[in-house]
Amino acid sequence: MLEFNPMNFVNNLSYMGIGMLGVFMIIGIIIGATYAIGFLSKEKK
Amino acid sequence: MEPTLLLPIGFGAILMNFPGVVVFDEMGQVLEIHGIAEPLQELYNAGIANELFPLILFIGIGAMIDFGPLLTNPKLMLFGAAAQFGIFFTLCMASIFFPDFRDFASIAIIGAADGPTSIVVANTLGSKYVGAITVAAYSYMALVPIIQPPVIKLLTTKKERMIRMAYKPASVSKTTKILFPIIISIVACIFAPGAGSLIGFLMFGNLIRECGVLDSISETAQKVLANLITIFLGITIAFNMTAEQFLNVNTLLIMGLGLIAFIVDTAGGVLFAKLYNLIMKLLGKAPINPMIGAAGISAFPMSGRIVHKMGLAEDNQNFLLMHSIGVNVSGQIASVIAGALILNFFG
Repeated sequence: MLEFNPMNFVNNLSYMGIGMLGVFMIIGIIIGATYAIGFLSKEKK
Repeated sequence: MEPTLLLPIGFGAILMNFPGVVVFDEMGQVLEIHGIAEPLQELYNAGIANELFPLILFIGIGAMIDFGPLLTNPKLMLFGAAAQFGIFFTLCMASIFFPDFRDFASIAIIGAADGPTSIVVANTLGSKYVGAITVAAYSYMALVPIIQPPVIKLLTTKKERMIRMAYKPASVSKTTKILFPIIISIVACIFAPGAGSLIGFLMFGNLIRECGVLDSISETAQKVLANLITIFLGITIAFNMTAEQFLNVNTLLIMGLGLIAFIVDTAGGVLFAKLYNLIMKLLGKAPINPMIGAAGISAFPMSGRIVHKMGLAEDNQNFLLMHSIGVNVSGQIASVIAGALILNFFG
Protein backbone atom coordinates (compact mmCIF):
# COMPACT_ATOMS: atom_id res chain seq x y z
CA MET A 1 0.00 0.00 0.00
CA LEU A 2 1.49 3.32 -1.13
CA GLU A 3 1.56 6.07 1.49
CA PHE A 4 1.31 9.78 0.69
CA ASN A 5 1.72 12.29 3.50
CA PRO A 6 3.08 15.68 2.32
CA MET A 7 3.21 16.99 5.89
CA ASN A 8 6.10 14.60 6.59
CA PHE A 9 8.25 16.80 4.31
CA VAL A 10 7.68 19.78 6.59
CA ASN A 11 8.04 17.69 9.75
CA ASN A 12 11.49 16.47 8.66
CA LEU A 13 12.86 19.82 7.46
CA SER A 14 14.74 20.16 10.75
CA TYR A 15 16.92 17.19 9.74
CA MET A 16 17.79 19.03 6.53
CA GLY A 17 18.90 22.12 8.45
CA ILE A 18 20.78 20.28 11.19
CA GLY A 19 22.28 17.82 8.71
CA MET A 20 23.71 20.46 6.37
CA LEU A 21 24.92 22.51 9.33
CA GLY A 22 26.62 19.40 10.72
CA VAL A 23 28.31 18.56 7.41
CA PHE A 24 29.61 22.14 7.01
CA MET A 25 30.83 22.27 10.62
CA ILE A 26 32.77 19.01 10.41
CA ILE A 27 34.18 19.90 6.98
CA GLY A 28 35.14 23.31 8.41
CA ILE A 29 37.07 21.61 11.21
CA ILE A 30 38.77 19.32 8.64
CA ILE A 31 39.70 22.35 6.48
CA GLY A 32 41.20 24.05 9.56
CA ALA A 33 43.10 20.88 10.48
CA THR A 34 44.38 20.54 6.89
CA TYR A 35 45.69 24.11 6.83
CA ALA A 36 47.32 23.47 10.21
CA ILE A 37 49.03 20.27 8.98
CA GLY A 38 50.24 22.09 5.87
CA PHE A 39 51.59 24.97 7.95
CA LEU A 40 53.29 22.77 10.55
CA SER A 41 54.84 20.38 8.03
CA LYS A 42 55.99 23.04 5.55
CA GLU A 43 59.33 22.00 4.12
CA LYS A 44 62.05 24.58 4.68
CA LYS A 45 63.70 25.74 1.45
CA MET B 1 33.57 0.29 -10.73
CA GLU B 2 29.83 0.54 -11.50
CA PRO B 3 29.58 -1.97 -14.42
CA THR B 4 31.70 -4.43 -12.45
CA LEU B 5 29.18 -4.25 -9.62
CA LEU B 6 26.01 -4.07 -11.68
CA LEU B 7 26.90 -7.22 -13.64
CA PRO B 8 27.29 -9.48 -10.54
CA ILE B 9 24.12 -7.90 -9.08
CA GLY B 10 22.22 -8.66 -12.30
CA PHE B 11 23.46 -12.24 -12.53
CA GLY B 12 22.78 -12.82 -8.83
CA ALA B 13 19.22 -11.56 -9.38
CA ILE B 14 18.77 -14.17 -12.14
CA LEU B 15 20.03 -16.94 -9.82
CA MET B 16 17.80 -15.83 -6.95
CA ASN B 17 14.69 -15.91 -9.13
CA PHE B 18 14.85 -19.51 -10.33
CA PRO B 19 11.61 -21.30 -9.36
CA GLY B 20 11.78 -22.89 -5.93
CA VAL B 21 14.99 -21.14 -4.80
CA VAL B 22 13.08 -18.92 -2.35
CA VAL B 23 9.68 -20.01 -1.06
CA PHE B 24 7.37 -17.32 0.34
CA ASP B 25 4.37 -17.74 2.64
CA GLU B 26 0.96 -16.18 2.00
CA MET B 27 2.05 -12.94 3.72
CA GLY B 28 5.01 -12.56 1.35
CA GLN B 29 7.57 -13.49 4.02
CA VAL B 30 10.46 -15.83 3.18
CA LEU B 31 9.48 -19.33 4.32
CA GLU B 32 12.47 -21.37 3.17
CA ILE B 33 15.43 -21.13 0.83
CA HIS B 34 17.10 -23.77 -1.33
CA GLY B 35 20.00 -24.24 -3.73
CA ILE B 36 21.99 -21.13 -4.71
CA ALA B 37 20.16 -19.01 -2.12
CA GLU B 38 21.86 -20.91 0.73
CA PRO B 39 25.48 -19.92 -0.06
CA LEU B 40 24.28 -16.41 -0.98
CA GLN B 41 22.59 -16.13 2.43
CA GLU B 42 25.84 -17.25 4.11
CA LEU B 43 27.76 -14.60 2.14
CA TYR B 44 25.09 -12.02 3.01
CA ASN B 45 25.37 -12.74 6.73
CA ALA B 46 29.17 -12.84 6.57
CA GLY B 47 29.74 -9.69 4.55
CA ILE B 48 26.72 -7.44 4.16
CA ALA B 49 24.56 -7.88 7.26
CA ASN B 50 27.61 -6.94 9.35
CA GLU B 51 28.78 -4.29 6.79
CA LEU B 52 32.16 -6.01 6.36
CA PHE B 53 32.30 -6.04 2.53
CA PRO B 54 31.56 -2.31 2.01
CA LEU B 55 34.04 -1.38 4.73
CA ILE B 56 36.81 -3.52 3.22
CA LEU B 57 36.00 -2.01 -0.18
CA PHE B 58 36.64 1.39 1.38
CA ILE B 59 40.27 0.35 2.02
CA GLY B 60 40.66 -0.16 -1.73
CA ILE B 61 38.92 3.13 -2.54
CA GLY B 62 41.12 4.98 -0.02
CA ALA B 63 44.21 3.48 -1.66
CA MET B 64 43.01 4.72 -5.06
CA ILE B 65 42.44 8.35 -4.01
CA ASP B 66 45.12 11.00 -4.37
CA PHE B 67 44.24 13.83 -1.97
CA GLY B 68 47.05 15.98 -3.46
CA PRO B 69 44.78 18.38 -5.43
CA LEU B 70 42.64 18.85 -2.31
CA LEU B 71 45.63 19.44 -0.03
CA THR B 72 46.92 22.24 -2.29
CA ASN B 73 43.59 24.06 -1.88
CA PRO B 74 41.69 22.77 1.21
CA LYS B 75 38.82 25.28 0.87
CA LEU B 76 37.59 23.18 -2.09
CA MET B 77 36.11 20.90 0.58
CA LEU B 78 33.31 23.45 1.09
CA PHE B 79 31.87 22.47 -2.30
CA GLY B 80 31.96 18.80 -1.32
CA ALA B 81 29.88 19.73 1.73
CA ALA B 82 27.37 21.78 -0.30
CA ALA B 83 26.79 18.93 -2.76
CA GLN B 84 25.38 16.75 0.03
CA PHE B 85 22.20 18.86 -0.01
CA GLY B 86 20.49 16.24 -2.18
CA ILE B 87 20.76 13.69 0.65
CA PHE B 88 18.83 15.80 3.13
CA PHE B 89 16.33 17.09 0.55
CA THR B 90 15.62 13.49 -0.50
CA LEU B 91 15.24 12.52 3.16
CA CYS B 92 12.31 14.95 3.39
CA MET B 93 10.92 13.85 0.01
CA ALA B 94 11.18 10.13 0.82
CA SER B 95 9.38 10.65 4.13
CA ILE B 96 6.26 11.64 2.15
CA PHE B 97 6.00 8.11 0.71
CA PHE B 98 7.87 6.00 3.28
CA PRO B 99 6.75 6.88 6.83
CA ASP B 100 9.22 4.46 8.49
CA PHE B 101 12.37 6.44 9.38
CA ARG B 102 14.54 3.38 8.63
CA ASP B 103 13.38 3.48 5.04
CA PHE B 104 13.31 7.21 4.26
CA ALA B 105 16.68 7.82 5.91
CA SER B 106 18.21 4.90 3.98
CA ILE B 107 16.71 6.05 0.66
CA ALA B 108 18.13 9.54 1.23
CA ILE B 109 21.67 8.19 1.37
CA ILE B 110 21.46 7.22 -2.34
CA GLY B 111 22.37 10.91 -2.73
CA ALA B 112 25.76 10.17 -1.21
CA ALA B 113 26.61 8.76 -4.67
CA ASP B 114 28.65 6.23 -2.81
CA GLY B 115 27.65 2.55 -2.89
CA PRO B 116 29.46 1.31 0.24
CA THR B 117 28.06 4.19 2.35
CA SER B 118 24.54 3.45 1.04
CA ILE B 119 24.86 -0.23 1.97
CA VAL B 120 26.26 0.51 5.44
CA VAL B 121 23.56 3.08 6.29
CA ALA B 122 20.65 1.00 4.91
CA ASN B 123 21.88 -2.12 6.70
CA THR B 124 22.60 -0.41 10.00
CA LEU B 125 19.16 1.18 10.03
CA GLY B 126 17.57 -2.14 9.00
CA SER B 127 15.71 -0.89 5.91
CA LYS B 128 13.58 -3.37 3.96
CA TYR B 129 14.88 -1.90 0.69
CA VAL B 130 18.64 -2.56 0.84
CA GLY B 131 18.59 -4.23 -2.61
CA ALA B 132 16.71 -1.41 -4.34
CA ILE B 133 18.79 1.28 -2.60
CA THR B 134 22.07 -0.38 -3.65
CA VAL B 135 20.94 -0.83 -7.25
CA ALA B 136 19.76 2.81 -7.39
CA ALA B 137 23.03 4.10 -5.90
CA TYR B 138 25.26 2.20 -8.33
CA SER B 139 23.00 2.76 -11.36
CA TYR B 140 22.95 6.53 -10.93
CA MET B 141 26.69 6.62 -10.29
CA ALA B 142 27.09 4.98 -13.70
CA LEU B 143 24.62 7.51 -15.15
CA VAL B 144 26.39 10.60 -13.75
CA PRO B 145 27.61 11.58 -17.29
CA ILE B 146 23.96 11.71 -18.39
CA ILE B 147 22.40 13.24 -15.24
CA GLN B 148 24.83 16.03 -14.39
CA PRO B 149 25.47 17.99 -17.64
CA PRO B 150 21.84 19.14 -18.23
CA VAL B 151 21.52 20.27 -14.58
CA ILE B 152 24.82 22.16 -14.76
CA LYS B 153 23.85 23.82 -18.07
CA LEU B 154 20.46 24.80 -16.70
CA LEU B 155 22.00 26.57 -13.70
CA THR B 156 24.97 28.29 -15.36
CA THR B 157 25.44 30.73 -18.20
CA LYS B 158 27.92 30.13 -21.03
CA LYS B 159 30.00 33.00 -19.61
CA GLU B 160 30.16 31.28 -16.20
CA ARG B 161 31.12 27.95 -17.77
CA MET B 162 34.00 29.69 -19.57
CA ILE B 163 35.54 31.08 -16.36
CA ARG B 164 39.15 29.94 -16.25
CA MET B 165 40.75 28.97 -12.98
CA ALA B 166 44.47 29.31 -12.51
CA TYR B 167 46.14 26.22 -11.08
CA LYS B 168 49.19 26.90 -8.97
CA PRO B 169 50.80 23.51 -8.41
CA ALA B 170 52.04 23.88 -4.84
CA SER B 171 54.12 20.97 -3.64
CA VAL B 172 52.49 19.04 -0.82
CA SER B 173 55.04 17.60 1.59
CA LYS B 174 55.17 13.86 2.26
CA THR B 175 54.53 14.58 5.95
CA THR B 176 51.27 16.39 5.07
CA LYS B 177 50.10 13.50 2.91
CA ILE B 178 50.83 11.01 5.70
CA LEU B 179 49.35 13.14 8.50
CA PHE B 180 46.16 13.96 6.53
CA PRO B 181 44.48 10.50 6.78
CA ILE B 182 45.48 10.20 10.44
CA ILE B 183 44.13 13.62 11.42
CA ILE B 184 40.91 13.20 9.38
CA SER B 185 40.24 9.86 11.09
CA ILE B 186 40.73 11.45 14.52
CA VAL B 187 38.50 14.46 13.68
CA ALA B 188 35.77 12.19 12.24
CA CYS B 189 35.82 9.85 15.24
CA ILE B 190 35.54 12.80 17.66
CA PHE B 191 32.90 14.88 15.86
CA ALA B 192 30.97 12.21 13.89
CA PRO B 193 31.48 8.90 15.70
CA GLY B 194 29.14 7.15 13.26
CA ALA B 195 31.63 7.90 10.48
CA GLY B 196 34.46 6.26 12.42
CA SER B 197 34.40 2.93 10.62
CA LEU B 198 33.80 4.33 7.11
CA ILE B 199 36.31 7.18 7.36
CA GLY B 200 38.72 4.98 9.31
CA PHE B 201 38.85 2.29 6.59
CA LEU B 202 38.97 4.90 3.80
CA MET B 203 41.85 6.73 5.44
CA PHE B 204 43.63 3.48 6.31
CA GLY B 205 43.67 2.69 2.59
CA ASN B 206 44.98 6.17 1.86
CA LEU B 207 47.69 5.88 4.53
CA ILE B 208 48.88 2.62 2.92
CA ARG B 209 49.14 4.52 -0.38
CA GLU B 210 50.91 7.58 0.97
CA CYS B 211 53.30 6.11 3.53
CA GLY B 212 55.68 5.13 0.74
CA VAL B 213 56.89 1.88 2.29
CA LEU B 214 53.89 -0.36 1.49
CA ASP B 215 53.70 -0.04 -2.28
CA SER B 216 52.88 -3.70 -2.92
CA ILE B 217 50.10 -3.67 -0.29
CA SER B 218 48.77 -0.42 -1.71
CA GLU B 219 48.68 -1.95 -5.19
CA THR B 220 46.94 -5.06 -3.83
CA ALA B 221 44.32 -2.93 -2.04
CA GLN B 222 43.67 -0.84 -5.18
CA LYS B 223 43.33 -3.77 -7.56
CA VAL B 224 43.05 -7.29 -6.11
CA LEU B 225 41.22 -6.45 -2.86
CA ALA B 226 38.80 -3.97 -4.47
CA ASN B 227 38.02 -6.37 -7.34
CA LEU B 228 37.60 -9.38 -5.05
CA ILE B 229 35.21 -7.58 -2.71
CA THR B 230 33.33 -6.12 -5.68
CA ILE B 231 32.65 -9.63 -7.03
CA PHE B 232 31.26 -10.88 -3.72
CA LEU B 233 29.46 -7.63 -2.86
CA GLY B 234 27.56 -7.59 -6.16
CA ILE B 235 26.37 -11.17 -6.19
CA THR B 236 25.53 -11.08 -2.48
CA ILE B 237 23.39 -7.93 -2.75
CA ALA B 238 21.22 -9.93 -5.15
CA PHE B 239 20.11 -12.07 -2.19
CA ASN B 240 17.52 -9.32 -1.54
CA MET B 241 16.38 -9.17 -5.14
CA THR B 242 13.72 -11.81 -5.55
CA ALA B 243 10.83 -10.65 -7.73
CA GLU B 244 8.47 -10.64 -4.73
CA GLN B 245 10.76 -8.26 -2.84
CA PHE B 246 12.07 -6.18 -5.75
CA LEU B 247 9.47 -5.84 -8.52
CA ASN B 248 7.00 -3.44 -6.97
CA VAL B 249 5.98 0.21 -6.99
CA ASN B 250 8.22 0.98 -4.02
CA THR B 251 11.32 0.05 -6.03
CA LEU B 252 10.24 2.43 -8.82
CA LEU B 253 9.67 5.16 -6.22
CA ILE B 254 13.12 4.54 -4.74
CA MET B 255 14.68 4.80 -8.22
CA GLY B 256 12.80 8.10 -8.75
CA LEU B 257 13.88 9.48 -5.38
CA GLY B 258 17.48 8.45 -6.14
CA LEU B 259 17.37 10.46 -9.35
CA ILE B 260 16.04 13.48 -7.41
CA ALA B 261 18.90 13.06 -4.93
CA PHE B 262 21.54 13.18 -7.69
CA ILE B 263 19.91 16.19 -9.40
CA VAL B 264 19.60 18.16 -6.15
CA ASP B 265 23.19 17.24 -5.15
CA THR B 266 24.42 18.67 -8.45
CA ALA B 267 22.24 21.76 -8.14
CA GLY B 268 23.34 22.30 -4.51
CA GLY B 269 27.02 22.24 -5.48
CA VAL B 270 26.59 24.61 -8.45
CA LEU B 271 24.38 27.08 -6.56
CA PHE B 272 26.79 27.13 -3.61
CA ALA B 273 29.63 27.91 -6.04
CA LYS B 274 27.58 30.78 -7.46
CA LEU B 275 26.95 32.09 -3.94
CA TYR B 276 30.70 31.81 -3.29
CA ASN B 277 31.32 33.89 -6.44
CA LEU B 278 28.95 36.60 -5.19
CA ILE B 279 30.93 36.83 -1.95
CA MET B 280 34.24 36.84 -3.87
CA LYS B 281 32.90 39.68 -6.05
CA LEU B 282 32.13 41.73 -2.94
CA LEU B 283 35.65 41.03 -1.66
CA GLY B 284 37.16 41.96 -5.04
CA LYS B 285 38.62 38.48 -5.62
CA ALA B 286 38.65 36.30 -8.74
CA PRO B 287 35.57 34.12 -9.28
CA ILE B 288 35.67 30.35 -9.64
CA ASN B 289 34.01 28.32 -12.36
CA PRO B 290 30.67 27.36 -10.73
CA MET B 291 30.66 24.02 -12.56
CA ILE B 292 33.25 22.66 -10.12
CA GLY B 293 30.56 22.72 -7.42
CA ALA B 294 28.82 19.88 -9.25
CA ALA B 295 31.88 17.69 -8.76
CA GLY B 296 31.13 17.67 -5.02
CA ILE B 297 29.14 14.46 -5.30
CA SER B 298 31.33 11.54 -4.44
CA ALA B 299 30.98 9.66 -7.76
CA PHE B 300 34.77 9.56 -8.16
CA PRO B 301 36.32 10.28 -10.64
CA MET B 302 33.47 10.54 -13.20
CA SER B 303 32.02 13.73 -11.78
CA GLY B 304 35.38 15.53 -11.77
CA ARG B 305 36.05 14.44 -15.35
CA ILE B 306 32.61 15.56 -16.57
CA VAL B 307 33.14 19.08 -15.22
CA HIS B 308 36.58 19.17 -16.86
CA LYS B 309 35.14 18.04 -20.22
CA MET B 310 32.32 20.59 -20.00
CA GLY B 311 34.88 23.33 -19.37
CA LEU B 312 36.89 22.21 -22.41
CA ALA B 313 33.73 22.07 -24.54
CA GLU B 314 33.12 25.78 -23.86
CA ASP B 315 36.75 26.87 -24.15
CA ASN B 316 39.44 24.46 -25.33
CA GLN B 317 42.02 26.14 -23.07
CA ASN B 318 39.91 25.88 -19.91
CA PHE B 319 41.54 23.16 -17.82
CA LEU B 320 39.48 22.51 -14.69
CA LEU B 321 40.60 18.95 -13.95
CA MET B 322 42.77 19.58 -10.88
CA HIS B 323 40.10 21.77 -9.26
CA SER B 324 37.20 19.44 -10.10
CA ILE B 325 39.06 16.34 -8.91
CA GLY B 326 39.91 18.17 -5.67
CA VAL B 327 36.22 18.91 -5.13
CA ASN B 328 35.33 15.34 -6.16
CA VAL B 329 37.55 13.71 -3.49
CA SER B 330 36.21 16.13 -0.88
CA GLY B 331 32.73 14.86 -1.83
CA GLN B 332 33.91 11.38 -0.86
CA ILE B 333 34.72 12.59 2.66
CA ALA B 334 31.60 14.79 2.96
CA SER B 335 29.25 11.99 1.84
CA VAL B 336 30.60 9.67 4.53
CA ILE B 337 30.11 12.43 7.11
CA ALA B 338 26.52 12.95 5.88
CA GLY B 339 25.91 9.20 6.18
CA ALA B 340 27.29 9.24 9.72
CA LEU B 341 25.03 12.16 10.65
CA ILE B 342 22.01 10.24 9.35
CA LEU B 343 23.07 7.27 11.48
CA ASN B 344 23.42 9.61 14.47
CA PHE B 345 19.92 11.01 13.87
CA PHE B 346 18.13 7.70 13.30
CA GLY B 347 20.47 4.89 14.40
